[in-house]
Amino acid sequence: MESTEKDILRGGQFLVKETNCDDIFTPEDFTEEQQMMKEAVKEFVDRELWPNKARFETKDFAFTEACMRKAADLGFLSVAVPEAYGGLGMGFISTILVCDYISGATGSFSTAFGAHTGIGTLPITLYGTEEQKQKYVPKLASGEWFGSYCLTEPSAGSDANSGKTKAVLSADGKYYSITGQKMWISNAGFCSLMIVFARIEDDKNITGFIIEYDKNNPNGITLGEEEHKLGIRSSSTRQVFFNDTKVPVENMLSTRGNGFKIAMNALNVGRIKLAAACLDAQRRVISESVKYANERIQFNTPIASFGAIQQKIAEMATNCWVGETATYRASKNIEDRITIRQNNGKDTHQEAELKGVEEYAIECSILKVAVSEFTQKCTDEGIQIFGGMGFSEDTPMESAWRDARIARIYEGTNEINRMLSIGMLIKKAMKGHVDLLGPATAVANELTGIPSFDIPDHSTLFSEEKSIIANLKKLFLMVAGAALQKYGEEIEKHQQLMLAASDILIQIYLAESAILRAEKLAKKEGEDQVKEQIAMAKLNLFHAIDIIETAGKHSIISFSSGDEQRMMLMGLKRYIKYVNMPNIIELRNIIASKVIKENNYCF
Amino acid sequence: MKILVCISHVPDTTSKINFTEGDTKFDTNGVQFVINPNDEFGLTRAMWFKEKQGANVTVVNVGGAETEPTLRKALAIGADAAIRVNRAATDGFSVAKQLAQVVKDGGYDLVIAGRESIDYNGGMVPGMIAGLTNANFINNCIGLEIEGTTAKAIREIDGGKETLSTTLPLVIGGQKGLVEESDLKIPNMRGIMMARQKPLTILEPVEATAETTSVKFEKPAPKGAVKLIAPDNLDALVDLLHNEAKVI
Ligand SMILES: Cc1cc2nc3c(=O)[nH]c(=O)nc-3n(C[C@H](O)[C@H](O)[C@H](O)COP(=O)(O)OP(=O)(O)OC[C@H]3O[C@@H](n4cnc5c(N)ncnc54)[C@H](O)[C@@H]3O)c2cc1C
Repeated sequence: MESTEKDILRGGQFLVKETNCDDIFTPEDFTEEQQMMKEAVKEFVDRELWPNKARFETKDFAFTEACMRKAADLGFLSVAVPEAYGGLGMGFISTILVCDYISGATGSFSTAFGAHTGIGTLPITLYGTEEQKQKYVPKLASGEWFGSYCLTEPSAGSDANSGKTKAVLSADGKYYSITGQKMWISNAGFCSLMIVFARIEDDKNITGFIIEYDKNNPNGITLGEEEHKLGIRSSSTRQVFFNDTKVPVENMLSTRGNGFKIAMNALNVGRIKLAAACLDAQRRVISESVKYANERIQFNTPIASFGAIQQKIAEMATNCWVGETATYRASKNIEDRITIRQNNGKDTHQEAELKGVEEYAIECSILKVAVSEFTQKCTDEGIQIFGGMGFSEDTPMESAWRDARIARIYEGTNEINRMLSIGMLIKKAMKGHVDLLGPATAVANELTGIPSFDIPDHSTLFSEEKSIIANLKKLFLMVAGAALQKYGEEIEKHQQLMLAASDILIQIYLAESAILRAEKLAKKEGEDQVKEQIAMAKLNLFHAIDIIETAGKHSIISFSSGDEQRMMLMGLKRYIKYVNMPNIIELRNIIASKVIKENNYCF
Repeated sequence: MKILVCISHVPDTTSKINFTEGDTKFDTNGVQFVINPNDEFGLTRAMWFKEKQGANVTVVNVGGAETEPTLRKALAIGADAAIRVNRAATDGFSVAKQLAQVVKDGGYDLVIAGRESIDYNGGMVPGMIAGLTNANFINNCIGLEIEGTTAKAIREIDGGKETLSTTLPLVIGGQKGLVEESDLKIPNMRGIMMARQKPLTILEPVEATAETTSVKFEKPAPKGAVKLIAPDNLDALVDLLHNEAKVI
């Protein structure tokens, strides 16, 4: 049966609704075609990028560009582009999958790829007029031109709408003249097209423009020197200066003053793609680390036989698997929503895509934060497993660690995304898209009522874990509900509270996704066959509870006192209770022994 | 020119090899399958004939439904059509018999098979196809050009190469050299999408009985640790080579 818009979870609704394990998409559900795409992308990376990993550390921007051309020849740049504009018009999951597997070898390439296919191309496919799309998108899809996205300025970073770049309409009304300075522009060194945001007169919001760039006919555009960076060293990052750059009026993107919206919507997609782009990097680091651990002998035994190393391998694998699970879960929601909106005939493909992604902006922020932090931890432990060799430029760990660092900064810093996730949730609640208040009140009543003394039956797989997830959601509603009541819209000013609430939200989404995937797998394959995945879901939940407990405590204490505080702290204790607590050392052993035996990340 | 490329569905070279059922069966659990490397060189050469000389390329495999992803990959790389003969690939002779039937029914001018498949390394199939279809045969083929109905082929021989001239219909047992590793094609995204629309025909097998059956498999003994001998201790080295490694 085809699902309708009502059947699928709206963005943020995971918090107040239960999801059935059959209703989440997991990588095990890839079609044969998607499987083939994945293999093709991996083959490309293994052949063209991975053997040249060292070269990407030498600031060889031309090499990155050459690799982008090869990626273009294989069609990797055109996956998400509609067929009408020279693309392949594939669905969102396929787009995410390519982004995932193409990003494993080096952050230099994945940044170039992401900046081009995401923020460099999307503003036109999502907001362009028919003429703009016909003119530019085929060139971007084929890789004849590369794109860049010029939002950030020296004085406008996180505060992206505050840019000073000006756009002035000519006397004859035919073109705008752009003057200003952009900073940190990825792909600047080899792009032919720039999406540029500038302000017209004293508009409240910036406006987007499509600007062509031809080195031989620069039209007032000059580039700064390449930045010298901690990581992603062969990704071109430059300043771009516009001095009376003339842009025909028909190159305005969308309408005047709509630029901030464009910028934010392009970033929503960018964020989930960035999460995906941090996945294969982790798989490769884990595989390299376990291979090293199996070969490196100390005290007459491979270091992989040491509990200390096994702990790291188990945790790295778990984070990677959990991040992957949540990323593909959200991708499927986005894909379904786009399809449904398009099929209902009300939306064009463009509108459907825009609204489909916007709907899950909360999940996109959650994923960006969570997976970028996982990859940071993973590369850090990768270095640790390699010991002194990990610190050396001669092993792939050192560059992987440096490359991972940027993911927490661009596409909106993790602080900004954490706060956005809560801010957007509150807005959705106010619009009535997600009912937070109803459940929050129910939770408050439950807390003041008499607790149930029934002993629940937790004999089936994950029955306790699922009730814990339900309780963690209650915990979030209790904390957020009370904080909102206390501060109202002023809550945004209480950043530490917002960050803590976001940590709870993130952990709930990840933990639930992981449990559902393991449950779905167990149903299909039998519990014995997937004991490692079951262990990963439980280990992750265990950690999630710890993080949530801390964040919950900090929040409650910060804004409550007296009886109210006591009651909420009791609620906290009740909602994080894990009766049949698993032995997490045993869980880690189950996970690590499989990875060590396979000598590879194998989930 | 009609080309038939025989595609064997084999475990990836990095697979861990295990046996089940008392060492009589290969354990496919967790094994990833790929196009047999020798066949992939042949397929890539066939794509060259398609691009440069307008050849029409069909790929064929004898096997169960589980081999279809491998055939579809060949379609994604650019083959025009695929055939699967619905029968387990039990032994060289019965596989060759199926393939010979496909060759006869399809009237192919050139049959490209791999010199051997990297799973059981039988190395019999291409020669048998040639025998059963009455075609010319060149094994260990490392170079092939076709002009009209004349073929110029290079064959690897002990310590050198031999250039041969022959006529179509021809069967070759190909290997690396037909093209180089760097020429192998990664299926592009459009190719993958198009593969869905290309025909994959399933044929029922012709009667054939296995003339050989495998009785038992064994893995080579695991490699021991490296022993280092001091350069001045030649006696110890000789002793180890003679008594332990038994090579002198
Ligand atoms: C390698 C690289 C590539 C990039 N590529 C591009 C590109 O292609 N196009 C483009 O337009 N931009 C690009 N950027 C810019 C990037 O998006 C910005 O660096 C990022 O948004 C942060 O802005 P900022 O550097 O000005 O930091 P700031 O905004 O100055 O932030 C500094 C710190 O303050 C925190 N902070 C800021 N505001 C708040 C707030 N309201 N509340 C709490 N904390 C806050 C931040 O989280 C951060 O920790 C790139 C940057 C780098 C380093």
